[in-house]
Amino acid sequence: MTDVGARSVLLVRQQGQFVTVQDYGRMGWKRFGVPRSGAMDLLSLAVANVLVGNSLHAPALEFMFVGGEYELLAEGGRRVAVTGGSFPVFQNGKRVSAYRSIQLSRGDILRIGAAPDAVWGYLAINGSFAMPRELGSASTNVASGIGGLDGCALRAGDAVPLGTSVLDAGQPNVEQTFYAPQRPKSLLVRVVLGPQDNYFDPKSLDVLLSEPFTITHHIDRMGYNLLGPKLVHARGPDLISDGVVPGSIQVPGSGQLIALFADCQPTGGYPKVATVLSADIGRLAQSRPGSTVRFYSVTIEEAYEARLSFLRRFEQLYHQITTVSQDYVQQPQLV
Amino acid sequence: MPTAPPNRLDFPRFLPVGDTGLLVEFGDAISLSLNMAVVELDRSLAKARLPGLVESVPTYRSLLIEYEPALIRLPKLIERIKLLLRASKPRSHGADRQLLVPVAYDEGSDEDLATASGLLGLKPDAVISAHVAAHYRVYMIGFMPGFAYLGGLPPELHLPRRNVVRSGAPEGSIMIGGIQAAIAARPLRTGWYVIGRTPVRGFDKTRAEPFLFRAGDNVRFRQIDDKEFERLVAKAAEGSLVIEVVE
Repeated sequence: MTDVGARSVLLVRQQGQFVTVQDYGRMGWKRFGVPRSGAMDLLSLAVANVLVGNSLHAPALEFMFVGGEYELLAEGGRRVAVTGGSFPVFQNGKRVSAYRSIQLSRGDILRIGAAPDAVWGYLAINGSFAMPRELGSASTNVASGIGGLDGCALRAGDAVPLGTSVLDAGQPNVEQTFYAPQRPKSLLVRVVLGPQDNYFDPKSLDVLLSEPFTITHHIDRMGYNLLGPKLVHARGPDLISDGVVPGSIQVPGSGQLIALFADCQPTGGYPKVATVLSADIGRLAQSRPGSTVRFYSVTIEEAYEARLSFLRRFEQLYHQITTVSQDYVQQPQLV
Repeated sequence: MPTAPPNRLDFPRFLPVGDTGLLVEFGDAISLSLNMAVVELDRSLAKARLPGLVESVPTYRSLLIEYEPALIRLPKLIERIKLLLRASKPRSHGADRQLLVPVAYDEGSDEDLATASGLLGLKPDAVISAHVAAHYRVYMIGFMPGFAYLGGLPPELHLPRRNVVRSGAPEGSIMIGGIQAAIAARPLRTGWYVIGRTPVRGFDKTRAEPFLFRAGDNVRFRQIDDKEFERLVAKAAEGSLVIEVVE
């Protein structure tokens, strides 16, 4: 149990499932075997940050399925928000809303349950967290012990140090709300074929692009195991290890697909039949076990248009916030 | 029907990796010349400072480049890379570094040195001599932070990796498996054989340069005894262990 003292902290009373500090990710270290890490659903992270007045990609807590319970120990209170899906959120036992900024006072207890329409949730807090950046980022990679709180997932009793509040204490509360995304039970995911699509027989590519694949329960921040018709290797399942990216769909000897995500190792030795568009990675990550996905092949040019659209969505977030309270209007700080 | 093996003239190949990646492949084998081409292009790109380049990852025979399509797109990126390849002279971006790595053989090995020696039909001392005599090259860092894959393991030390993975290989493990050698920076589970251990830290996040080994480094090993190993471990812990590096 950490001695909290006079610092502002968020105290973990009950651990959620795999809760880690994540921001936009860690760039520039893949050549040393360090994954990018960062939020599984970058857009939901950004929405949470905007709702509390942080910069878009500031560190927040990411949790898997269940958020856990927290106590705010900070003078003057803090604004928080939960995004990612329709998570049930309780402030001192009273039901409040995800996708809405919540004003917590010192000593308030926040509890976050499980959502029916998401895997990953985000808890952002005004002022973000004060932990040092490691290799340029606060993102946690548990396998390598880098980032976050001592490179670990959060446990009950952890006190997560808060950064300085970016709003003065005493300003009237501005409630801001957003709209939770629609999540279909069967998701269409866009891919660019390759880089090793030529390792598979052509019938297998047809299978990839026409059959549904089911998300299994074997999912984590490194990758998701999918279940579906087998793909057939034309040249054997081994490959001299080369670079992989989040979004890569690799196919080991089993012929089953593994979709790689934020914590995937930067290199791998299985052929990669296709790569999910950066714009669709977050949506795929939010597909719950048991749901199905279908892959749809696009050209590089179409993929570029999708990315530009995706980047624009981040820019538009500030304009999409609906201010509920009319007493005081303040634009969130762009840091 | 299996596809035909790639022709030499097909390389270098430029393969899109989604909307933010490009794989530049120089060949389809583990070979010194292919890896030199990868490392050379990686260094050229670093010097060229192309706008829109996020990072690049050198591996055995290909370079993965991550870029931002809002700033640069594939046709232009490929064109610039081809120019760099044409302009490049061998070793024009600096000679490879030479590193001398101290190893306490059989340290941390947990019977692996004995097992590997038995399988190779050699006495452990002969395995050590062969390992120390060789000249190695770091082909890539991958699989885990700071995990260095080395080429140059002498043929008499080639043996298949185990089917059953062993746990508890410590950080600093000096390993052999297949035709490759490796230096692990963190503890791991592995199917390779751990024949010794180095006190040198391949990854230390408190260091100004957290990672020691890079693709293109030349590596040689020197044997130390247990006492020297303990002494150097203590130095590494306080951040004062210096490894001999010749640029």
